[in-house]
Amino acid sequence: MPHLTRFIVVVCLLSGCSIQPWVKPYERDNLADPIMSLDRDPVSTAYISHVHEAREAARGAEGGQGGGCGCN
Amino acid sequence: MAAAVAIKISRFAAAALAVALLSMQCASAAVLPEDRADALYHSYSGGGVKISGPSILVQKQLGKHASVNANYYVDSVSSASIDVVTTASAYTEQRVQKSAGVEWLEDDATMTLSYTKSDENDYQANTAHGSFTQEFFGNMTTLTMAYEKGWDVVGKRNDPTYAKDNDRQNFSLGVSQVTTKNLLLNLNWEIIANQGFLNNPYRSARYLDSTAEKGYSYEPEIYPNTHTSNAVALGAHYYLPYRAALHGEYRLYTDTWGIHASHYEIGYTHPWRKQWIFDIKYRFYQQTHADFYSDLFPYESSQNYLARDKELATFSSQDIGFKVTYEFASSPARFIKKSTINFAYDYIHYSYNDFRDLTQNTAAGTEGLYGFSANVLQIFFSVWY
Amino acid sequence: MQQPKYFLGLLLASVLCFSASAFAATAAPEFSLPGRSGQTVTLSAYRGDVVMINFWASWCKPCRQELPLLEQMYQRYKNLGFTLIGVNVDEDQKNADLILKNIPVSFPIAYDQQDKVSNKYGLEGMPNTVFVDRNGNIRHVHTGYTPGDEQGYDEQIRLLIRE
Repeated sequence: MPHLTRFIVVVCLLSGCSIQPWVKPYERDNLADPIMSLDRDPVSTAYISHVHEAREAARGAEGGQGGGCGCN
Repeated sequence: MAAAVAIKISRFAAAALAVALLSMQCASAAVLPEDRADALYHSYSGGGVKISGPSILVQKQLGKHASVNANYYVDSVSSASIDVVTTASAYTEQRVQKSAGVEWLEDDATMTLSYTKSDENDYQANTAHGSFTQEFFGNMTTLTMAYEKGWDVVGKRNDPTYAKDNDRQNFSLGVSQVTTKNLLLNLNWEIIANQGFLNNPYRSARYLDSTAEKGYSYEPEIYPNTHTSNAVALGAHYYLPYRAALHGEYRLYTDTWGIHASHYEIGYTHPWRKQWIFDIKYRFYQQTHADFYSDLFPYESSQNYLARDKELATFSSQDIGFKVTYEFASSPARFIKKSTINFAYDYIHYSYNDFRDLTQNTAAGTEGLYGFSANVLQIFFSVWY
Repeated sequence: MQQPKYFLGLLLASVLCFSASAFAATAAPEFSLPGRSGQTVTLSAYRGDVVMINFWASWCKPCRQELPLLEQMYQRYKNLGFTLIGVNVDEDQKNADLILKNIPVSFPIAYDQQDKVSNKYGLEGMPNTVFVDRNGNIRHVHTGYTPGDEQGYDEQIRLLIRE
């Protein structure tokens, strides 16, 4: 059995599929909902970030990409 | 001496605004951003400062692989802030910022490139930004790398020959992970390095001076000519079963000027019926002062570096905000798929631990600690086509 | 008795890892799902026809882009022994129906709310299109959709219709 497992892992890695996604592509209803978006209204988020950053010393690490429908 | 002290519409923040606009885009890297246009009116009023203006953002897909975007933003400032009223007189000015960018999609990878230019009568900022995003593991993990370069020219009103450089480089890494069907986590790290003339040409530090009428005198600020900072932020978005979302963010910041800062933010999004979405949020921020900061130095030229900029002081701020979005039931034109009207209000209170309110004419160093509140309003229209 | 298990394990691994091509000559998993107007959509009822199964969701932008093109394809080939089944994977059927109201299609729609059929087919992306021949075997799987893919669909359909 260990040989088989190793073989499967190597085959998967070679084919580039590595880890099997535990959230299937068709299970992303909730993640694709706009209310779950990292940034639903970019024009507004950017403005508020600017209001804060203009008055604070801290800056950076405010971006974000990801989640969503994972389509294509 | 003309006083542009007040707002210090942080030059970096100007670029950050554009970067935020152009990089904080669509949810998934494997699809291009939606075609949409937003017209925003923003208004800030607090601490004697009033800033308002428009922000227009347009995004459009071109062909199969590309999406272009452009932003036009204006800050019309009228300022009688604490720094302005204590060292000079109120002023008005305008800052115009324009940016354009392109996003290119190929399979599961996205590349973006953008350029931003900001102009006001005594400051010019130029920023170029590029990023690369790749999805992995069945589109569950998204990795983003970005690089940014800024070239700013610091000027001075009434002195056309005054021109100093402030150059900047940013590098950031971000990873976003679909954790469960209802949970999205992300981690971001960004390092920023500035070099050149890093302070405000109008700003002054103060020192104890028994010979002066008020008991203190002013001297020009002197900043180091380099500044490097590191920030790490962790974010989470959680879907609630009755259709609502919880958002959380925590960020830690540290830099070579001795400042340590952190903030956390929690938010809740609640859709109602088919057409309404309500958001509320609370953000708490705190920071320690820069090594070379002091509200009152003991005597003139007491240190190599001197600053009395309240942005470098020890302070905390709290922001409570809410936003309402209404989606129109019918479309005004055939090519418009969806349209919304939005209203957002934030109340922000700043409390300084070591910056004093010099409008109180008490003995030097005994003035009350400064604090102020700001009302921030946003009204915007969005259309999807 | 371990040998067949090992062989099956290997086959499963290659199937999982090499997606599309691995489905060559595999029988399309049977399903029977609720359809529109209270009817039931059963795959085996279409045996003898070329069946194109398209898995889609209301929240998937490329899926929505694809729908009108799928309708065109259905109209073009339905009288030549071809049918299209749109399997919707929305957790809430109302969201799917809202899309269908704005983008009406005439081919059969099946609602896979519990993702049971999607699971059986081992889909690796959204949208997902499976081409089944007249004998009920999966001949080609296409994951995702970008404008231009419909030409590939056309070729695949014509190939299978001629058999």
